[in-house]
Amino acid sequence: MNIEGIKKILTYFLKRAVAVFITIAIAIYLTIVIANAGGYVDKIIEDEIRMNVAMAIRNDPTVRGFTDEQKQKIIENRVKNEMRRRGLDQPFIIRSIYHLKRALLLDLGTASSMTSDSGSMLVKNIILERIPLSILLFTTITLINFFSALYLGLKLSRRYGSFLDKLIVYLSPLSTIPGWFYGIFLIMIFYSWLHILPPGGFIDFPPPPTLLGRILSIAKHMILPILSWFISSIFLSTYSERNFFLIYSTEDYVEVAKAKGLPDKIIERRYILRPALPPIITSFALALISSWMGAIVTEAVFNWPGLGMVLSRAIGSFDAPVIVGVTVIYAYLLGATVLLLDFIYALIDPRVRV
Amino acid sequence: MDNMEFTSSYSLKGILREVLRYKTGVFSLLIFAILILLSVYAYLSMPYDKAKELWNDSQAWLKYPRNAIPTWLAFFTGKNLPKNIYLKDPKIESVSETPKIVKYVYDINYTYDDFPSEFNIFLNSTFKNNPPNLRIYWINPYGDRILLFEKVQRAEKDIFYIGNESSIEQKFIEYYKEKLGFYPNFPVTVMRGLFGETENPKVNKGNYKLEIEVQFADKSDTIEIEPIIYGKVYGVAGTDHLRRPLELGILYGTPIDLAFGLGASLSITVIQLILATVSGWYGGWVDNLIQRLTEIYMLLPFLPLMIMISLFYKLTIWQLLVVLIILSLFGSGIKTQRAMVLQVKTLPYIEAARTYGASNMRIVFLYIIPKILPPVIPGLIISIPAYIFLEAILSLFGVLDPTEPTLGRIIEEAFQNGALYKGFYYWVIEPSLIIVLLAISFALLGFVIDRIVNPRLKEV
Repeated sequence: MNIEGIKKILTYFLKRAVAVFITIAIAIYLTIVIANAGGYVDKIIEDEIRMNVAMAIRNDPTVRGFTDEQKQKIIENRVKNEMRRRGLDQPFIIRSIYHLKRALLLDLGTASSMTSDSGSMLVKNIILERIPLSILLFTTITLINFFSALYLGLKLSRRYGSFLDKLIVYLSPLSTIPGWFYGIFLIMIFYSWLHILPPGGFIDFPPPPTLLGRILSIAKHMILPILSWFISSIFLSTYSERNFFLIYSTEDYVEVAKAKGLPDKIIERRYILRPALPPIITSFALALISSWMGAIVTEAVFNWPGLGMVLSRAIGSFDAPVIVGVTVIYAYLLGATVLLLDFIYALIDPRVRV
Repeated sequence: MDNMEFTSSYSLKGILREVLRYKTGVFSLLIFAILILLSVYAYLSMPYDKAKELWNDSQAWLKYPRNAIPTWLAFFTGKNLPKNIYLKDPKIESVSETPKIVKYVYDINYTYDDFPSEFNIFLNSTFKNNPPNLRIYWINPYGDRILLFEKVQRAEKDIFYIGNESSIEQKFIEYYKEKLGFYPNFPVTVMRGLFGETENPKVNKGNYKLEIEVQFADKSDTIEIEPIIYGKVYGVAGTDHLRRPLELGILYGTPIDLAFGLGASLSITVIQLILATVSGWYGGWVDNLIQRLTEIYMLLPFLPLMIMISLFYKLTIWQLLVVLIILSLFGSGIKTQRAMVLQVKTLPYIEAARTYGASNMRIVFLYIIPKILPPVIPGLIISIPAYIFLEAILSLFGVLDPTEPTLGRIIEEAFQNGALYKGFYYWVIEPSLIIVLLAISFALLGFVIDRIVNPRLKEV
């Protein structure tokens, strides 16, 4: 690829980045408006200011001789002043812009009761420390499902009408059942009945001392979540990939390649797979996005300590700042996914670059 | 998409006739018929509001066994598991006149292979000044007469929980020690003490007697005694941790789930269809606005938002349905449907309608939407299970109205109470199986209709 090409990709990418960012901002703004209809966002900030003021008063030597009532009065006054200084006494339209700015900068306030593993009460820290675990599990799941469906779909399209082909078609209705639901049954079979796999969690307790042991332990805990999503997605996605390849393999240029006597492998790779790539990438994007959504409940079922777990714990303790924070982070996560896939799209599809 | 798809538009009647030609179509329609008939039967025998009240009434189920497995499941265990034994028609003897002492003797012939789960005595008495005093004796097949306890009734209506009394457990340990000559080498619980052999932790089948001596404080006092020995099996679906028969929750929950799924899928598809048609037909800024909104909606964190809204505002399931519809207005379906509209727009009959001066509304609602409706129907049906699972997800997070008996709610309660770890599999499997059955039936029906309205798939 020459410099000209890279330049074009970069400008395309930048344009998309700006568009996606604006979309994220609008999505987050909607979240804020919805959450604040119950006054939750205002309250998050007021609580934070009150905590800071109370802390300052407690350490302030000049008010030491005051009674509790007088101190309370001072706190109320300072909170009111601070709110006015930040513009929180303005009407909602203006306030909401302030909230939006904070949310976009990931300044999500402090949690009302939850803490992060490192002991921080900042919502940002609570959420961010869990994201890698969610990404680990769900990118693995999506990649495994995607490549196996691709491989099987390609194979089936060559062996159109065979027994395996028909089986996949008949089993495809099973894919209406989501992964987490299969997860319940898998826990019943592999944990409650056979006792061979853990019912959930991330690592054995206590964690194995060696690095290899830890990796194996994590892998063991990942088997059931991966398997549940695999069962849920494999039939329908193989079926749709196969239909897709069937359509592409009836193109004239494939017939020409066959007539030339090219080996099957080259026909598959160069004449069927290559032109079909862009729409396949789209389906991968959709799978990844839906896996972020599915993550919430799958992690709750398998006790996987990721983003979804944070959300379900926040629901359990009614921690409003964390719940709003998770929603905001999700908007970012979705935006980042869309942007990443746009970038891959630009790399493989020459048409977007012109 | 090519024009071929639009050449074969079917009427709804025609689609139904075609569906009946497929085995899978007949199967799914049959499942729906059975489920709907069951629900209609349930709703006719007891109105929903009453059933819901009963479901949430903790007092209504006191005489049912806790966590009992379904009767048909007990059949597979190969053991004769105990059912509830309601002790009735005692022999009444008058022991003395002053003070008034009456003895009630119940005969029990216990032949089950397993111990009962609980043993409660319900008391209902009327008294002038002081409540009656009760002495409860137990006579086992060995012929030993054991005083279980002596107690004064605490109120007019009282329940003695014999299974939970640690003093009785202590008494039985003493009894075993005396009988065996050494400390029993297995843990003695109240149920084992009552119904077990002394040598082995096994059930001692035979005739038992329950004697209750009631000493009344005044001659005019009366008492009604209702002893119940609780079993481990109940009904067609078993019971949960609050002793509620699960079939009640499942019967009344299934229609709610169905209505939620159908309502969501139908209204979302129809609204999206209208928006897509408006977008495709009018073009210009309307089209632009709808397309941009669709892109924003794609980045809306749908599930966290749903959870946030239902948690913050404590919505009922039907209010939540409205929220769900609003949050799905500009879904990705609009893009594909708009592409179809753009094709239909160029067809000659639309042009003909335009030349004779048909209004925009007329063209959109009478000419375009009916044309693109058939290819949309399979998607509508296939997406119904997704909304049923959404209900289950929201229940699982405990953000839905907890008094509403839904399938997801039953699964959540089973989870909360450790059904998977304690072995109450029926509790999870029954509601799950109904959901799976619904999901697969809708999927099969959707696939069949897809094959009918999209003839290109027929040969595949």
